[in-house]
Amino acid sequence: MNNLILPTKNTWCPGCGNFGIQRALGEAINKTDKNRTVLVTGIGCHGKMADYLNINSVYALHGRAIPVAEGVKMGNGDLQVVCCVGDGDTYNEGISHLLHAAKRNSDITVLVHDNRVFALTVNQPTLTSPKGFVSTTTPKGKKEEALNPLEVMLSVGATFVARSFAGKPEHLERIILEGMRHPGFSFIEILQPCVAWYSTMEIYNERAYEMEKEFLPLAEAKEKAQEWDYNNGERIPLGIFYKKEKEGFDKQLEKSFFVDTEKILEKSK
Amino acid sequence: MSETQIIIAGAAGEGSKKAGLLIAKLFNAYGFRVFIHEDYESVIKGGHNFSQISVSKKESDAIKEKIDFLLALNKEAISKHKEKLKKGGVLMYDSDVIKNNFSEEEKVEIAGIPLGKIVEKAEGIPIMKNTGLVAAFSRAVGMEWKKVREVLEKELPIATEKNLKVAEIAFRSFRRIKEIKETGEEPAPLLSGNQAAALGAINAGLENYFAYPMTPSTGILQFLSQIEGVRTFQPENEIATVNMALGSAYAGKRTMVGTSGGGFALMTEGVSFSAQSEIPLVISLSQRAGPATGVPTYQGQGDLLFALNAGHGDMTRFVVAPGDVNETYYFSGKALNMAWKYQLPAIVLLDKELSENTYSFDKSFRKEKEEAIQGEMNGGYNRYDREDISPLAFPGGGAVVKATGYEHDKKGVATEDAEAVKKMQEKRMRKYEKLKEEVEDMESVNVQGEGPMAVVFWGSTKGVALRAVKDLDVRLVQPIILQPFPEKKMKKALSGVKKIIVAETNATGQLSRVLKEYGIKVSERILKYDGRPFSVEELRKRIKANI
Repeated sequence: MNNLILPTKNTWCPGCGNFGIQRALGEAINKTDKNRTVLVTGIGCHGKMADYLNINSVYALHGRAIPVAEGVKMGNGDLQVVCCVGDGDTYNEGISHLLHAAKRNSDITVLVHDNRVFALTVNQPTLTSPKGFVSTTTPKGKKEEALNPLEVMLSVGATFVARSFAGKPEHLERIILEGMRHPGFSFIEILQPCVAWYSTMEIYNERAYEMEKEFLPLAEAKEKAQEWDYNNGERIPLGIFYKKEKEGFDKQLEKSFFVDTEKILEKSK
Repeated sequence: MSETQIIIAGAAGEGSKKAGLLIAKLFNAYGFRVFIHEDYESVIKGGHNFSQISVSKKESDAIKEKIDFLLALNKEAISKHKEKLKKGGVLMYDSDVIKNNFSEEEKVEIAGIPLGKIVEKAEGIPIMKNTGLVAAFSRAVGMEWKKVREVLEKELPIATEKNLKVAEIAFRSFRRIKEIKETGEEPAPLLSGNQAAALGAINAGLENYFAYPMTPSTGILQFLSQIEGVRTFQPENEIATVNMALGSAYAGKRTMVGTSGGGFALMTEGVSFSAQSEIPLVISLSQRAGPATGVPTYQGQGDLLFALNAGHGDMTRFVVAPGDVNETYYFSGKALNMAWKYQLPAIVLLDKELSENTYSFDKSFRKEKEEAIQGEMNGGYNRYDREDISPLAFPGGGAVVKATGYEHDKKGVATEDAEAVKKMQEKRMRKYEKLKEEVEDMESVNVQGEGPMAVVFWGSTKGVALRAVKDLDVRLVQPIILQPFPEKKMKKALSGVKKIIVAETNATGQLSRVLKEYGIKVSERILKYDGRPFSVEELRKRIKANI
């Protein structure tokens, strides 16, 4: 994994959940084809992954990593495309792209670094912060309830839906590898403690558990996703909730090849 | 037969547009040059649509106020356009739905054709009435049945036999009013501006085209979707569209997107990203009457300043505004080539009239692919390595390719270091200086005439302007490339001019404001902002008022 680290100054906070994710992702990339891998990131603490790993990358705009990643795949179907996105990044700013990419089964692997707070802009609530979350912009507590992203992904037809935890790099590495090998859209929600603004390490260590079954039928997966809905629930299941083989979207698009414009002009007379 | 103006009109869904194209193809087969102006409302059924076809022996990409033929598919078509008929003009209408109650004093020839009965006799369906009307018209202008049949056979692929029967009955039941002779010219390809933009881009190596539908740009997506060999896709919105294009270009595919003003507004963050990351991006921006939703299916040139300034941050772009299909074909390819050579955003600025009107295309305007500078695909590659243009490499080829929207070092890793930030900004500016030099060498400004008074215009106004100044001592000047602005070429084009008039279809005089920025003083502005293009007569009158 050390072979992938660029000698760039790392500015993640000491103890940040991103270190665990970086390790798991690096190991997973080393087990596949590094040259063919493209990492696309959004904006937020997670995005720095593009600057810290010595691999092909697009450090995209806030909320837009997913459409860029889909475009990369449509540009060259032989590439393995991985997205690192944040919760504010993709659940707030870019949720429409997430839904459509999942729905059309774009062959990309999406890792959501869900620390449940806008961290880099210094502590504001995101869509997965719990109700009552006190932050710089919600001093009396957040008024909205949190979104359960797994429920959403299962509803729109994502073909690979999983959750892991930055505090379990080995589990996470296994899930990322499975996601990369899955032929269509892979959604991996990663619970990521934020040492600065939302320190959840203890809670997750205490409540998170790995599911026994490898994956579940859709109805059961939906039920399982309710066990903890980001607002309420005692135990937090981790693992692959749902998996279904389906051809990646880019394979269904027409191929591009040489077009003789003279013939088209002749026909338009 | 000399220059002829024809209007065919009816309700949306009655097929007046298809009929207009048929008429143009018939004249094209006789070697005439044709131009079709499309006027339609933002409705699916009903409303009022018309096509005005301008026919002449030389290119004539403009419509006139006075017409020679009015072909009416319904009653409204007559009330809306009858006044436009010249003395001695011909009104042809469906006598099965319209009662003849025209007064005797009308100075036009009036001919009812029982289209309903003809269709019934041929056992056709109501939409075929337009075929009947076109066939009767072709007889009126003196065409031969054999030639008419040949064209219709090619152009009416569905229910051809019945349609041809309708046409033949209508043709034979009508009389010859005028004479027509073949001009001796070969038929020309007939293209809309949208089609020309698509084909020009293909010739310059276009492989992927992404777009979200928006009038008047949708035609590009529709046209390319029917061409095998170009990968097309319609994403969830314009933000996704532009970002997908950036991803696709990063992966090495020449990619274009198309939209109109509202969609372009959503895309501007992507324009900025292209500038910073140096990922080539080509946007075909087809303007319509605005602001906001505006008048969706009508003409406007209100996005010039927006295009020239699109994208947050201190950045540059390549902006070109062609004036007809020949220039659109050429410069859409050129835009793709420039975007890839200089690795920046390029905008092809079209407008409703240019996008959707049909023109005779001159094949000498082709533009071939120019290769971008490619980097070595090995391990030592740094994406932003050079003082100006850095060689491109693509992922999967062996090199580590990093692109980023952050300010960055030569590897493509974010930096906030003052010296590094300055250096990279200067790198991009040096690249732009090179582009500027190249633009001065291109055919970036069109000039016609030497008069002491200049009429400056841009975009689809070209066709009208060329006709409007006939026999006037006026110099016509058309800037085609608008960023980098061809300052030297433009000043040379205007040297010795005493008075400059700018004609454009917007309310704030956007081109005048651009000229002012370069110290070019505009005396008068001829503006039109009712959603319609200038007619030859109107523009001529307004130019003459300034002489």
